[in-house]
Formats: sequence, C-alpha cells, structure tokens
Amino acid sequence: MIDSFFQYEFLQNAAITGILIGIVAPLLGVFIVVRRLSLIADALSHITLTGIAASLLIEKRVTGINELNPVYMGMVFSVGGAILIEKLRKLYKHYEELAIPIILSGGIGVGVILISLADGFNTDLFSYLFGSVTAVSSSNMWTVFFITVAVITIVILFYKELFVLSFDEEHASIAGVNGRWIHLLFIVMVALVIASSMQVVGILLVSALMTLPVAAALRIAASFKQTIGLSIAFGEFSVIFGLISSYHLSVPPGGTIVVIAIMVLIMAILYKKVRNHLYVKGDTV
Amino acid sequence: MKRDKIIEMEQVSFKYEKEWVVERVDLTIEQGQFLGLVGPNGSGKSTLIKLMLGINKPDRGAVKLFGQSIKNFNQWQEIGFVSQKANSFNSGFPATVLEVVKTGLVSRIGTFKFFNRKHKEKAIEALKTVEMEEYANSNIGELSGGQQQRVFIARALVSDPSLLILDEPTVGVDAKHVTAFYDLLRKLNQEKGISLLMVTHDIGTITEHATHVVCMNKTVHFHGASEEYKEFDNEDLNRLYGHSVQQLTHNHEHEVSQ
Repeated sequence: MIDSFFQYEFLQNAAITGILIGIVAPLLGVFIVVRRLSLIADALSHITLTGIAASLLIEKRVTGINELNPVYMGMVFSVGGAILIEKLRKLYKHYEELAIPIILSGGIGVGVILISLADGFNTDLFSYLFGSVTAVSSSNMWTVFFITVAVITIVILFYKELFVLSFDEEHASIAGVNGRWIHLLFIVMVALVIASSMQVVGILLVSALMTLPVAAALRIAASFKQTIGLSIAFGEFSVIFGLISSYHLSVPPGGTIVVIAIMVLIMAILYKKVRNHLYVKGDTV
Repeated sequence: MKRDKIIEMEQVSFKYEKEWVVERVDLTIEQGQFLGLVGPNGSGKSTLIKLMLGINKPDRGAVKLFGQSIKNFNQWQEIGFVSQKANSFNSGFPATVLEVVKTGLVSRIGTFKFFNRKHKEKAIEALKTVEMEEYANSNIGELSGGQQQRVFIARALVSDPSLLILDEPTVGVDAKHVTAFYDLLRKLNQEKGISLLMVTHDIGTITEHATHVVCMNKTVHFHGASEEYKEFDNEDLNRLYGHSVQQLTHNHEHEVSQ
C-alpha cells in the first residue's frame, strides 16, 4: 500500500481529497444536524447528480466540447439547488421540509433523463454514485483544497453567528445577526462540500459523512466545540480507514467509509451505555 | 448613553393573519422602572414584547428604543431578553452553560471578531450574579428548568444591558425558587440600575415587586404605579379588562402592612 501510494499519483489525490473532506464534511455536518436539516444534504447530493449527468450529456452531444470536468457542473447544480431549497422553504412556511423531497426527486428525475440521453450508465457514473479511489484528478484535488480552506475560514470567522443561529434563532435575530444571509452562506458551503465529497464518497453516500460522525460525537461530547472536534476525528478515521480498505478489497470507497462510520457510531452508542451503567451503579453504591 | 425614555410605543397595532392582537397601544417605559406587564391569555403581551424587540413589525404606529426609531436602532446589546421559549429549546443541544451565556455577547462583539478570555470572564461574572457559576461546564440540557432559566438570564445580562425584558420567566420554576428569583430581580433593578419589563400572569406577586404595572388586553387598560393598582378591588379590575379576571392568591394587606 505504502509503495503504491508513492507510485501512483491518483492514490495520493484520493488520499489528500479524502483527508480534506474528512475535515469539512463533519464540520458543516455538526451545524446541519443540530439545526435538524440532515436531509438537506441528501437533497443536495441528488441534485449534484443532475449536474454530473448534464455535464456528461453536454460532453457527448455538443461538438467542440470534449473535456468537461463534471465536478464543476455538479457544484453549479448543487449551489443552485441550495438556493432553490431556501426559496421553497420560504414559499411553504408551514411545511418547510417539503422543499427536500421536491428537490431530491426533481434531481433524480431530471438526472435519469439526462443520463439516458447521454447513452446510459457506465463506469464513470458508477464511480460518481459510490465514490472511487482512482477518479480524483489533481485539478479536482486542488479545487477541493481551496473549498476546504474557504469553508474553514468562513466557519472560524462566523463561528459565533453560526452557533447562536443554531442554538436559538430568536435570540440571534435580537442580537442583530443577519440570519438569512448567514444561512444562505452556510447552505452554499454545504452545496460545495457535497459536490467536493462526491468524488471520494459518492453521491448516494455523501450525506453519511456529514451526519454519521456527528451522530457518534453527540453521544459523547459535552460542549459544542467538543462535538465539532470529535465529529472531525470520527470523520477522518472513517475516511482514512475506508480508503485503505477500499483499495485492498477493490470495492468502492463510499461503501467502506460508511460501514466504518457506522461501526464508530455503534461504538459511541455502546460507550455511552456502558458509561451510564457504571455511573448509575457507582451512584447507588 | 442613558436616556430617560427607553421604550416609546405610539398607537401601535399588529395583526396575525386577519386578527388584531395588539390595538393602538401607547406605552412609555422610563429608565430605572420595574414594570410588570399583566393580562389574560391571548391578550397580546408576548406579541407586544416581540414588537419592542423588532421580531414583529407593527402594522400601524411607531416604536422607539432609547429615543431612536426601531428601524434605525442597532444597539441591541442595551436590551437583554429572556423569552418564554427559553424553557422549550432543543434540550439535546450539545452546548455547555458557558457556551450558551457567551452567545449573549454576540451583538456587543460584532462581526469578524472572536470570543476571547475577557468574554469568558464576563460570562462567568454573569453566572455568578445568577448564582450558577458552578455549572459553567455542565451541559445545558442536563439542568433543571429553574436552573436553565437562570442561565438564560445570565445570557441576557452578560452584555450589560440597561433594560431586561422577561417573558413569563417564572413558568417552570418551582414555587420555592420564585422568591429567590424576585430577590434576584430586585438586586438587578436596585443595585445594578437595570430597568425591567416582566410579562406575567401572576398579578398579585408582580404588584408587590414592580414599581409600575401595565394591564393590557389587546390595548392598554391601565398604566400606573403598583401602589395605585393595589387600591383596585375586583370590580374595578373587571371593568379594567372588560371581563372577569382571576386574582391570584396573595395577601395584599399583609404585605402592605409590613
């Protein structure tokens, strides 16, 4: 593994991209989960698929365009979908969650049509659905690098605003926090991170990297900062060992990363149960 | 930047959908007052508070805060707010008491600036005022309702406001802690000079502690000193509200004679 890692550039690209998304996906995931928006990640990943399909179709049908990077089109659709979700949530004030199935099914529906027009399913598409250790080009890796730097900077700069908005929206508005603007910025970041993560984890499993590590951290952490720290640690652990096992077992990394993340989650649940048990026992003695 | 009149409402009306819940309210709150806002359920008390805080925008009339029109007002750190909903927040939220109290400083710190050691000290100081400093690192969800309420008061106090607005703060606080709670409010009002506006059902208790009382049922029916209000008998009160109000059991004469 180590030898081939230095031998093949694509493995380095996948590993570095994986490490980067292992930081930003759970980082944004914490805010998504505590704001009860977990399903938004799913909706956005499905609309990213539409972007990928559109890119494949244009590449195939439009003469003169041969080398189109589907990741960029995926990002454009994901960000567009994010803005559309916000519009729909405003339109259906009393049924905010309706925006999610509308965008999710719309994304898949249009995606399937575009994929068929682009001559159907192939290995490329399979790697976008479930991730791949060979599909990450170095230009994609750099794109993910810049997105990671931007997201971390924005989260640090707006940490207190994001935190107060997540904890108590009413208090945030009294404190003069521009909730709508911050929320839009946040959801655009989520869209970009989803499109970035897709290459390694795959469209269908991208939301898992944003929610499973957070679910595990919530069982253990006392403070918000601890929740963020543990989520990133769990996310990073899942990505790194997921990529290694994916390479050795020759299965898509999306599968191995998610399975490891679920194992981490089970461990966290058991840890909490055992700790509570001991605590109660110690209390009564 | 202390001004005499901290809140001025002129002919303020507000409706949800088609129903007017606040009608032609004129109300002025002056620096140093402890004002009790009382009225039956659905009388628009909470809505009136939201109009003062800019959460709701009046359909008619004007609101001024510290002499400025609310539309241009930006010194929100001058107003601390403890909402009724403080008791029904997401109790599974992974935050410590200290993290929650520090959010009260967000408007004072301003954009692109970070929490630092000084803010932490201020938060601890606010927790000391409400006697909750030993819980600074506890998870907010693990505290009792009364303890959580004190934490939310600390959050409102941490930015050194001139006015503290409390919406039914004693709901969910057990009776034996209510006295201690009023002691805390008196300390804030008299020692720290913070003006207080408290929404409550408990007419009997509030007149014992507040300097002024406002009775409202969509519009203001009475606004005056607590002493004046205590002179009213039940018949006056009924006339005041237009229908029967239940007086909570408190022995006025006993308290007054003390």
